[in-house]
Amino acid sequence: MTTLVALFETAPDVNARIAALEAAVKNAQSAGDNAWMLVSAALVLLMTGPGLALFYGGLVRRKNVLSTMMHSFIMMGIITVLWAFVGYSLVFSEGVPFIGGLKYAFLHGVGSDPNPDYAATIPQGTYMIYQLMFAVITPALISGAYAERMKFSAMALFTTLWAFVVYFPMAHMVWGKGGLLNAYLGGKVPTFDFAGGTVVHITSGVSALVCALYLGKRTGYPNEAMKPHSLTCSVIGACLLWVGWFGFNAGSATAASGLATSAFINTHFAAATAALGWIAAEWLRMGKPSMLGAISGAVAGLVAITPASGFVQPMSALLIGFLAGVFCFFMVTAVKHAFGYDDTLDAFGVHGAGGTLGALLTGVFATNLINSTQINSKTVPLGLVDGHPGQILNQAIGVLIAISLAAVGTFVILKICDAIVGVRVDREAEEAGLDLTQHGEEGYFLEA
Amino acid sequence: MKKIEAVVQPFKMEEVKEALKNIGIDGMTISEVRGHGRQKGHKEVYRGQEYNVDLLPKVKFEIVVQDSRLDEVIECVTNAARSGKIGDGKIFVYDVAEAIRIRNGDRGESAV
Repeated sequence: MTTLVALFETAPDVNARIAALEAAVKNAQSAGDNAWMLVSAALVLLMTGPGLALFYGGLVRRKNVLSTMMHSFIMMGIITVLWAFVGYSLVFSEGVPFIGGLKYAFLHGVGSDPNPDYAATIPQGTYMIYQLMFAVITPALISGAYAERMKFSAMALFTTLWAFVVYFPMAHMVWGKGGLLNAYLGGKVPTFDFAGGTVVHITSGVSALVCALYLGKRTGYPNEAMKPHSLTCSVIGACLLWVGWFGFNAGSATAASGLATSAFINTHFAAATAALGWIAAEWLRMGKPSMLGAISGAVAGLVAITPASGFVQPMSALLIGFLAGVFCFFMVTAVKHAFGYDDTLDAFGVHGAGGTLGALLTGVFATNLINSTQINSKTVPLGLVDGHPGQILNQAIGVLIAISLAAVGTFVILKICDAIVGVRVDREAEEAGLDLTQHGEEGYFLEA
Repeated sequence: MKKIEAVVQPFKMEEVKEALKNIGIDGMTISEVRGHGRQKGHKEVYRGQEYNVDLLPKVKFEIVVQDSRLDEVIECVTNAARSGKIGDGKIFVYDVAEAIRIRNGDRGESAV
């Protein structure tokens, strides 16, 4: 009798303690996930500056080093403002399958409460700032194609329009709730793109090719020597890209989870074999394995594994990386020279080609052994290795949409920019260098 | 007075400098230059794009000496700079009309 009374009396207390415990567990998970996601956001920013700024900056001639670094750096300014005003909303609020709405315009309601559609355990503010860093690096990647000859004014206008016409719609289609290609949130054509193979790399790579074709070759290309002015800078930049990519891919798990670990491992493995694949091909074809080849290969591998990183087994990642290294080597050496376009820093050959290869191979190697996220509350086979060959077709549709949107969108935007400010600097300015003519400064002033 | 201009391999710079110091030549001017004589350049490849580099890096010594020391200095530089391979460089000798020490206006051989 006494025990029963005691039990009865302690019951409310136990419930309160369980509730308190549950809240504490939730807070602890949120703290862990949020810490990782804030670090990931910083890592992705590290890819643009200094990563890409150094990588691209080292590959151009010394008279264009600052203008090329500026192409990356200024994205941190332009895209951030666009994102805060409407960009985040156009990508992540519900709208139509092709573009989001204005619910989160001016970051309305985007604060410390989670948005369970995207990441249930972290503040939506964290998710917003993390996704911003992707929007920052994507247009910076395109600059590899127009480096050394585009006007700064045209570049700034181009970037702004490109974000609205290409990036925001594509990111909404793949990642936004109700987006056409979103496999997990009601997309009609379920496409797997873990960290942005289509959204980031195919769009930027294809846009880069259109820019290279539209702007035409640099004066003197390919007869004049246009050697990279500092491969030392490029190596440091590429290593920073490799490190930052852990935030890009493993962070795309949006939690400090086992899936993040898978993506982290795959990212590293693919970069390693891609570097080896590129220099092996180079050694056979050109006679020597080069440092520039090794870093170019690593970047190609990182690009290719991006869509696959949270879906495939580590052994598949090794293979995807190796194939990307060899394929992209072939693209920038044989294919580019055969067609004769001047993609200054091979943004298309690495990001367009590597991104497409990675997106298609994701359809082959994606498996629910790695990514058990349920679709419509059930576990389904993902890629060919799970016995679902149809996924390759879905991936191909995603790739085609990204290519079409990027190609048409970029061409139209370039036409507009050309009409308003003119896209290309004149010949004298190009010969004197963009640092001096666009920015009034020089990168190296050794007498000072 | 004679001026000796010696264009040598960059990796021989320290050796030449030391050798000159050892025979008591303290004054010299050194610059990094590019050029070629009979030596052919080399090929560099960046992402499949080949470049022929024919102007190779060299180091140029400029030394002004009294006439009496000319042969000694030429021999010294030649020995120190020689590797026996193509690309070792060349020595040119000029007459010098005048030399002036800026600090105190000394002229002629005493200013060298």
